[in-house]
Amino acid sequence: MPDTLLFYVLSGVAIVASALVIGQRNPMYSIMLLIVSFGALAGLYITLDAPFVAVAQIIVYAGAIMVLFLFVVMLLNAPQEDAAEWDRTHPLRRPGMARVGALLAGLLIIQLAWALMRVSALVEAPVAGRGDAAAISSVRALGRVLFTDYLFAFEATSILILVAMVGAVVLARREADR
Amino acid sequence: MDLRFAIQLGIIGLTFFMLVNASALLVLAERKIMGFMQQRYGPYLVGPHGVLQPLADILKLLFKEELRPKGADKWLFTLAPIISVTAAFAAFAAVPWGAETTLFGLLDTPVKLGASDINVGVLVVFAITSMGVYGIVLAGWSSNSKYSLLGGLRSSAQMISYELAYATTLASVVMLAGSLSLREVVDAQAGAWWGFIPRWYLFLQPAGFIIYVIAGVAETNRAPFDFPEAEQELVAGYNTEYSSVRFALFPQAEYINMATMSAVATDLYLGGWHGVPFLTALGLGWLVFLAKVGVLLFTYIWVRWTVPRYRYDQLMQFGWKWLFPASVINLIVTAALMLALHA
Repeated sequence: MPDTLLFYVLSGVAIVASALVIGQRNPMYSIMLLIVSFGALAGLYITLDAPFVAVAQIIVYAGAIMVLFLFVVMLLNAPQEDAAEWDRTHPLRRPGMARVGALLAGLLIIQLAWALMRVSALVEAPVAGRGDAAAISSVRALGRVLFTDYLFAFEATSILILVAMVGAVVLARREADR
Repeated sequence: MDLRFAIQLGIIGLTFFMLVNASALLVLAERKIMGFMQQRYGPYLVGPHGVLQPLADILKLLFKEELRPKGADKWLFTLAPIISVTAAFAAFAAVPWGAETTLFGLLDTPVKLGASDINVGVLVVFAITSMGVYGIVLAGWSSNSKYSLLGGLRSSAQMISYELAYATTLASVVMLAGSLSLREVVDAQAGAWWGFIPRWYLFLQPAGFIIYVIAGVAETNRAPFDFPEAEQELVAGYNTEYSSVRFALFPQAEYINMATMSAVATDLYLGGWHGVPFLTALGLGWLVFLAKVGVLLFTYIWVRWTVPRYRYDQLMQFGWKWLFPASVINLIVTAALMLALHA
């Protein structure tokens, strides 16, 4: 029972905070609310017996990535979006864009419904060899799976991040430096 | 409410109480040691030898007027010191400070000394201390003052840079102990080699310990890395516009972070509550722990009043070009030696 209650409280916080993120004019508030949302997600992971994933969520998203966001927002020092300017010139304001947006949202909802149905089917008929709760919470088991079964995906992701980093450096360099 | 639960609550309360008082004691220790090193008495008037000075300080700050600059962001300006101090307290929740004890036979099953026992404790401490940077950054930004903003910017850049080296050295110790739980790391250091050298990771990881301490000083924004509040350049840095209790929370968070850093260093490198067998046998290992933390805290203060501040570009250069590569080499060498010796 407390777990169910925690689930509703934490997911409520996550959803409300995420909704408020896109409702803010001040990017600083958006960042803080996004951190709240990440924190609530981490709480959900803990209730799912996955403390390592929860802590990784805090370190990587709420810690590293959001500090970077904060840094960028502070450097640009854009406390308020210029609403009028935004409304006039942004490409998303062109006619017909609303329809594209609605289509995408519809697709997303269908995808979500499909995923939920698939998951509930899986829960009803557990696949053999699927890890139990103890295996998920064990960092040792997680590391072993990551470096054996999913080694290719793991290494491919790290190369992707490296490429993105090199790309950012190249883009950030000015012409005069070359 | 059963006895066990009450005792666990008591331990949590005691941990909190110790931390609150640690910050007051550290304020006094800092001023006394600084005075000694500069051949002065330091605070001497309040109480015998000035020991009640922290009390006088906090009373003074409580009665000060709270000011908020006109252009400041109301919410974030209030929130920033709260985030700082909350993160500082919360990080200590995962730090064990004593062995399992039955409280001199009072209990049937032993309780663990420490606010909680989390099986990924090392990471929890790291995650929560890294959240503390938000307090400083938001304080700098929300004050709407150029000095504060510069302090906040410097703080975030500095903490991102030194967290890398810090986390990489943590990984070496975790590899050695084979566990992410601080309690298991400590217990892996029990006993002694050849009967007289304690099995502390300090001796297996001397480079790692030095990197940890340097990165720890930078993470807590202490001199010689106190750029977020470099007074010659930034007035008082990120907390320039703060006054009264809101101001008091920042130094308090800093002192608690120092205590956390020292306690984690004791757990990771100095064998925690192990090292003095007869005290451990008596169930007083936590005294050993406190003594080690005290030595580390003294070193912190000692360094602050001995080493002058670096230049900001030197800080970045040192962090990225020396400390981080050194920690990576330390990790690789540790892994290679472990493979070679175990295979």
